[in-house]
Amino acid sequence: MRILCATNSLLLGLIGFSAFLGIWALLSISGLVPSLFLPSPLAVVERFIYLLDHRFAGGTLLDHLWASMLRFAGGFGLAVAVGVPLGLLMGWFRLLDDIVTPLFDAVRFIAPIAWVPFAALWFGTGIGGPIMIIFAGAFPPCLINAYRGAKFADPRLIEAARMLGTPDRRVITEVLLPSAVPSIIAGLRISAGLGWQSLVGAELIVASTGIGYMMVQGQGNVSTTTVMAGMIGIGIIGLIIDVVLRQAENAILRRRGLSA
Amino acid sequence: MGEIRFDDVGRIYGDRNGGFEALKGVNLAIADKEFMAVVGPSGCGKTTCLRFVAGFDRPTSGTVSVDGVRVASPGPDRAVVFQQFALMPWKTVRENIELGLRNKRLPRPERAERIERILALMNLTAYADAFPHQLSGGMQQRVSIARAYVLDPEVLLMDEPFGALDAQTRVVMQEELVRLARRNPRTVMFITHAVEEAVYLADRVAIMARQPGRVKEIVDIRTIREAERWDDHEKIEDVMDLESFVHLRTQIWRSLREEKAMEIA
Repeated sequence: MRILCATNSLLLGLIGFSAFLGIWALLSISGLVPSLFLPSPLAVVERFIYLLDHRFAGGTLLDHLWASMLRFAGGFGLAVAVGVPLGLLMGWFRLLDDIVTPLFDAVRFIAPIAWVPFAALWFGTGIGGPIMIIFAGAFPPCLINAYRGAKFADPRLIEAARMLGTPDRRVITEVLLPSAVPSIIAGLRISAGLGWQSLVGAELIVASTGIGYMMVQGQGNVSTTTVMAGMIGIGIIGLIIDVVLRQAENAILRRRGLSA
Repeated sequence: MGEIRFDDVGRIYGDRNGGFEALKGVNLAIADKEFMAVVGPSGCGKTTCLRFVAGFDRPTSGTVSVDGVRVASPGPDRAVVFQQFALMPWKTVRENIELGLRNKRLPRPERAERIERILALMNLTAYADAFPHQLSGGMQQRVSIARAYVLDPEVLLMDEPFGALDAQTRVVMQEELVRLARRNPRTVMFITHAVEEAVYLADRVAIMARQPGRVKEIVDIRTIREAERWDDHEKIEDVMDLESFVHLRTQIWRSLREEKAMEIA
């Protein structure tokens, strides 16, 4: 039954993709839309393969993706390293919660891209600036989910830990963190998505390498196929990140006996 | 040592003027190594009383003390067995039992030895590396009892520990607890609303009344249990058939029913 469901949903997913590609191909073959406005799928795939081993805007497609991923890893890692512990602490210490939450609620509504001018000013356009922008995108879900996970930890488990003699601050690592793990992982998935989006957005504006930069150069050269090849690269990497995190999520939920 | 005392304990929720008085003038002394069952209608505050001893909650008046020391915070000298088990779902059986020992900073070999002993005693050895969700409710409660017992606490606080179990499992657990309690006596405060359970397990039964919650009557079981040699019977149903058992059960039932009648009237 389970396997049947899995293949079924895979099949349905493929139908979605095929329909999308079909409509796209029809539109471009019919000639209703000039190929410059909408290149055909085939041309995009050709360009994609070409860019894999030909340099464009300073590097191959893989070079650009690699540069982007390094920045992403930096910004995302920083967001996790700061957001998760801070969220847990806010879920435990009421005072910290009261101090940070109003500020955080105001700041998180600023779109990551809005930080571009300051990011460039403070940290430059190399690796620092983009990392800050990714951080701005990836940080809120890390913090919010860790916070909620800690806040809604089963009070009976906290009582159990305390009657077993767990010191107050170790309750955070013994109970709050493990309780919050499913929520944190769900947060990481959102966070990775937003971080990856912010990265490409940032690279469109400030950066001299990376997939976003490559796309801007493509735009400058009126090479719509390059832009689209970049979009495909972004999509593939995003999908890989999400699949990895989802696997981790399922593994953890299964270990806890929660249906995955 | 592990003597529990409630001296004129009260608990008011909300502000003192218009608040709800959950407990008033609760006086109760549980002697060292005594098994005290507390029965009463729901809402009489029996769980609240247990939470005072555990240190999870505080009375608004009066004092709750263990060995003459006023209870200030939770601690492993007063182990709690919860109705809903409260096992850490991310820890295996062994790791759950180990947490309290780790907090005591016992060296690893001693921890391992004590865990093996309690696992064997509670028939859990085969499940040492299972996660709680892989176990039945009865097994989970066994782990929870093992987690408490392994600490060798002065005081064991049990809050309707068998309330979430099915009838058959419940009987098995009651028999096991009797064996454990007779072999290794501790001061036990055992909350339940099942009268048979209270009579079967306890040395004395405290009957609570509600609105406001208070101790209404204390029934001595132990004298009769020992005189009538209940512990010679291995099975709970044999004990429950004894005339002396039926008599005590009925006495407590009547006392509780008066409460119910007053409630309706």
